[in-house]
Amino acid sequence: MIVARPKSFEEIIRLIQNYKKVAVLGCGGCVTVRSIGGQKQAEELASLLRLWAKRQGKDVVVTEATLTRQCEPEFVESINDRANDWEVVISLACGVGVQCLAERFPRIKVLPGVDTIFMGATIEPGLYWERCVGCGECIVGETGGFCPVARCAKSLMNGPCGGSQGGRCEVSPDTPCVWQLIYERMEQLGMGEELDVIRPPKDWSVRPQRMIMEHLRKVDSRQ
Amino acid sequence: MPRKNPHSLETPTLEAPVNLTAGSHFERLLKQGKFVVTAELGPPKGAERAVVEKKAHLLKGYVDAVNITDCQTSVVRMSSIASAQILLEMGIEPIVQMTCRDRNRIALQADLLGAWALGMKNVLCLTGDHPKFGDHPGAKPVFDLDSIQLLQMLKTMREEKKMLSGTPLEGAPSFFLGAAENPFADPFPFRARRLAKKITAGAEFIQTQIVYNVDKFVQWMEEVRQKGLHKKAFILAGVAPLKSAGMAKYMKKNVPGMEVPDAIISRLEKKNSKAEGIEICLGIVEKLRQIEGLSGIHIMAVEWEEVVAQLVEKAGLLPRPASVGG
Ligand code: SF4
Ligand code: SF4
Repeated sequence: MIVARPKSFEEIIRLIQNYKKVAVLGCGGCVTVRSIGGQKQAEELASLLRLWAKRQGKDVVVTEATLTRQCEPEFVESINDRANDWEVVISLACGVGVQCLAERFPRIKVLPGVDTIFMGATIEPGLYWERCVGCGECIVGETGGFCPVARCAKSLMNGPCGGSQGGRCEVSPDTPCVWQLIYERMEQLGMGEELDVIRPPKDWSVRPQRMIMEHLRKVDSRQ
Repeated sequence: MPRKNPHSLETPTLEAPVNLTAGSHFERLLKQGKFVVTAELGPPKGAERAVVEKKAHLLKGYVDAVNITDCQTSVVRMSSIASAQILLEMGIEPIVQMTCRDRNRIALQADLLGAWALGMKNVLCLTGDHPKFGDHPGAKPVFDLDSIQLLQMLKTMREEKKMLSGTPLEGAPSFFLGAAENPFADPFPFRARRLAKKITAGAEFIQTQIVYNVDKFVQWMEEVRQKGLHKKAFILAGVAPLKSAGMAKYMKKNVPGMEVPDAIISRLEKKNSKAEGIEICLGIVEKLRQIEGLSGIHIMAVEWEEVVAQLVEKAGLLPRPASVGG
């Protein structure tokens, strides 16, 4: 799941203060699961903006809508008709959703309403932790199911570094040293010896990455 | 007249011939079985050459080679290669420290090719501290390679005369390679195994984290000997005098992977002086010298370089063997 946190109301106001036709767009994907950018949050932000406009004596029309997922073109298409009425859109989706809107509606100013932070998991209610950076070559099968790329502060391939102490990472006492976890799990699985093998430098090839699934493309072209 | 190749300064030695990788003074002493002393020099937070010269003067004649730190604790300082050049000009042998924190594989190779061309023969390969600890905490951490991959890359350059990419080198560097190891970090059972990885990757000498907990170090050395690692690489134990009880407590609490036993702290609390700190350090050196398989000590008194001469003298490690050709 993609984890994001809301931008402050002050920042949003600063971004939209010169506009008269504003839309707040929620997303029904990841940000809904985390109660950050779903329908409810879109409605709340829209009401706050209306209240603010009224207090300022400004004549602003605020609309809200929520797309099933802002990162899928077919859902983005669903707002085509209404989009003509908007000058500015505040997207509560992750950075991917924001960009899908910006690409689809070049005449509208699209603003992010949230800061996208990472791809991670819900560890317990209200606690989310980064787990993957989409490095393009998943190696967790060789590291006991824990990702050193995303979870080691130095993305070490042959860790642990000299700063690992008491199971904690040197960068913060709140962060487990993932290499301690990897070591324990690999030993437990009887795969400890694999850690003695030197891993070569990782291939950090060109970004942005793209992926093509030919069989799906053929289906698309028939439509 | 063309400048002579800095690596062609071979002077015949009276000692038995040994197989040398780079032919540095430091390497020769180790391979002759001498108990070696190295120290650390932290370059200035600025462009003042005189600071490097002053610190280097304090060390000259008291140690066999001087490690030049590479922006230690992620604080910006004069580059290790530039500072090492100043030492070379003063006739002092440098050990260039190189971290993976700030350079990707392109910059690492380029800088080290230059270091070799300038006549630097010893390189200590480090992963590096996280930038978070330094004066530019927002800097993008690089860590394209880790210390083990850096070692392996330099070993391949030496042996196969190729870059990491496979491109043939116009002149291959033949560094005497080293690595650091922290016997006090976790998971403890994996530390000696990780050391073995570093040695396989190319490390011929190892400088350890500062030893205060001698018992734990002895335990680690036992494992090192069991694995025969002391025969594959020269191990130098890190030592550093503590200035005060406050410093001891600070290090225990704030320096990742540093162990300071309570006995040392309470000794300093009773008699809180630099002299006592030096006494404690001498006691540690004495114990370390009795450990089988240890090849020397590495004094890490950064920003207290003037203490090194005293320590070496009181420890009975003078005079240092003269450097041939240096
Ligand atoms: S190795 Fe880590 S960052 Fe790469 S794909 Fe796997 S989980 Fe993601
Ligand atoms: S302490 Fe562990 S997680 Fe942190 S940088 Fe070192 S190896 Fe990586």
